[in-house]
Amino acid sequence: MDGNAPDFAAASRAALADPQLRGNFRRAMDGLMTKRAAQFAEPAEWHGVRALAASVRLRALSKLPELLEKLEENCTRNGITVHWAATTEEANSIALDILHKANAKLVVKGKSMVTEEMHLNAVLEKDGIEVLESDLGEYIVQLDGTMPSHIIMPAIHLNTKQIAHLFKRKIKDAESREDAAYLTDLARRVLRAKFQAADVGMSGVNAAVAETGTLCLIENEGNGRMCTTVPPVHIAFMGLEKVVEKLEDVPPVISLLPRSATGQPITTYVNMISGPRKSGEKDGPREVHLVILDNGRSSIYADPELRDTLRCIRCGACMNHCPVYTKVGGHAYEAPYPGPIGKILVPQIEGLAKRGAMPHACTMCNACVEICPVKIPIVEIMGRLRVEAVKPGGAVKDGGAKASRAEAMVWSGWAAMNASPTAYRIATVAMSRLGNAAPSSLPMLKEWTNVRTKPRFAGRTLHDLARAKGIPDV
Amino acid sequence: MPSTPKPTRVYYFGTCLVDLFFPDAGMAGIELLQSQGLTVVFPQGQSCCGQPAYNSGYRAEALKVALAQLDLFPGDDPIVVPSGSCAGMMKKHWPDLFRGEPDEAKAVQVASRVWELTQFLVHVLDVQLTDNGEPVRITWHASCHAQREMGVVEEPKALLRQLANVELVELKREKECCGFGGTFAVRHPEISAAMVGDKVADIEGTGAARVVSGDCGCLLNIGGALEAGAKAARGQHIAQFLKERIHGR
Repeated sequence: MDGNAPDFAAASRAALADPQLRGNFRRAMDGLMTKRAAQFAEPAEWHGVRALAASVRLRALSKLPELLEKLEENCTRNGITVHWAATTEEANSIALDILHKANAKLVVKGKSMVTEEMHLNAVLEKDGIEVLESDLGEYIVQLDGTMPSHIIMPAIHLNTKQIAHLFKRKIKDAESREDAAYLTDLARRVLRAKFQAADVGMSGVNAAVAETGTLCLIENEGNGRMCTTVPPVHIAFMGLEKVVEKLEDVPPVISLLPRSATGQPITTYVNMISGPRKSGEKDGPREVHLVILDNGRSSIYADPELRDTLRCIRCGACMNHCPVYTKVGGHAYEAPYPGPIGKILVPQIEGLAKRGAMPHACTMCNACVEICPVKIPIVEIMGRLRVEAVKPGGAVKDGGAKASRAEAMVWSGWAAMNASPTAYRIATVAMSRLGNAAPSSLPMLKEWTNVRTKPRFAGRTLHDLARAKGIPDV
Repeated sequence: MPSTPKPTRVYYFGTCLVDLFFPDAGMAGIELLQSQGLTVVFPQGQSCCGQPAYNSGYRAEALKVALAQLDLFPGDDPIVVPSGSCAGMMKKHWPDLFRGEPDEAKAVQVASRVWELTQFLVHVLDVQLTDNGEPVRITWHASCHAQREMGVVEEPKALLRQLANVELVELKREKECCGFGGTFAVRHPEISAAMVGDKVADIEGTGAARVVSGDCGCLLNIGGALEAGAKAARGQHIAQFLKERIHGR
């Protein structure tokens, strides 16, 4: 195994051993699933709006290169400076250049998963620039020195009591009060001062409209609006798949996103950013930059089956409904994108040598596929990645990295047994008669019998019983 | 809507897990179909649908095994499967697996004739069951692939509700995976254990004496966990449960 490869199995064992964490996730995800279900109580409405949103994303992807050019053209016309980054390193150096030119010492950030993908905060801090996350959840995980455990609710792994303790430790003059309103107000007071002083504000993008050059940003706290309007410079980051064709494509996306994510009909704030402050205007940043990141996305785009990965609108509903994510939480994945979408996106971005185990952290239950608002065939793509992990020559980086001669021999033997009626009969009769004598200490049986009794072979197979009862064979 | 004539003959694909671990449930399914006046054909050459290799990334091996099943079901008669997961593999994934292969057309034709057992009992045979058993409280576990690949959600519960002396108490998280997931259970034993732990707690909360399901993977997992935890409830395949109720034991 790659020495640097994240070890999901080990990380998930640690998560499972933490009853507080398990309780926090179980409760939170149960609540989110219930709220989402209430949003889509009417099946016909759900199917209609889902088909519409999926078609918006499909259409955008079907002409992605053209739309990206149009987006650049229209953003530029609006006074937004567009930057292209092939890699996260390029994106980070673009950000640093802008910050250096602005002589920036303090950056405030709204939520952006792309900047998590870039590890931007670490890069800025190394450069001596103070960076402050202003989304409440992001602020909490930044204070805690950890990473988001969910793409929509970064601090969902913590409860009020844990956050109260954290604030008491980290914020000057904080009282020890397990009261959500008090804690929110405390964070608000810290953040307000920083918004006024910040040299640069950063944000993500929920959808970028090609025909108008508009950046759409939805949020609940108003911090995103502060980040994008108060500091003199605004830098927005987006993955290149976030473009949509027309303004009318935005409502289905920004309505389905919060309905799926948190069960809200709409977010408190919907920001449509169409450029810097114009002459005569009283507010808004003097410079707006848009950094468009590829980081492997154009390779994903090149494969017609894998391309569906890029439909994602980052609502996180797949996490809320994933029985694996619900048990182990987001940190166990050690990736910017955890849960089902992470299990297909991250291996394609980072390669199968490092992330080849990730597509196996799934029971293929299809709960994510059932609720995905843009109908991404997550489990089919998961299956494809499992194939490419053991078979070189595919489209995904480091194909065949998980190939194992022993495993291949097992499956080859399994196929030989199941493809020959005679071999199958001999094997199943032998297993039925002798299988129960297998000791529980055998490799796979040992894991199984930790919490279960040993599967009991029935003694006579269905083939035997059917023959004995005279069930016709043809 | 014009009613389609009921078939007189069906094929039965027993599945490898039923074959080895739950053959009585497999026979019960055959007998339920026979009790409706059908001739049930059980091709002795059958083995496995190929799903274990398919989901593990070994498509060529899955194809080899699936191919060995294709010629066992000539004609147009329906193919009934006492498992939502194996039925889903055949109906939904065989067309993908055989894409571009010489036998693609045959695979698509066979796939189109596949039914999950309870789906067939309800929609094709419109069975009316008479309960001759003692009063009992049970719960239903919905397998992921029955629900989400075969679209089988209400059918098994509709059958169970026909039984006068059976009280069906639904699980709080009926749709949540039990943690079996084929090789997942041994690749990620701790997560699988946590998942089946939640499922067992949910079952206990209903006070049911039995958890009935239509898939043997789930039953190996949930039933094994109930036994290992010395819980009161026991797992049972729906075919066997229905047969016992009709026969009054």
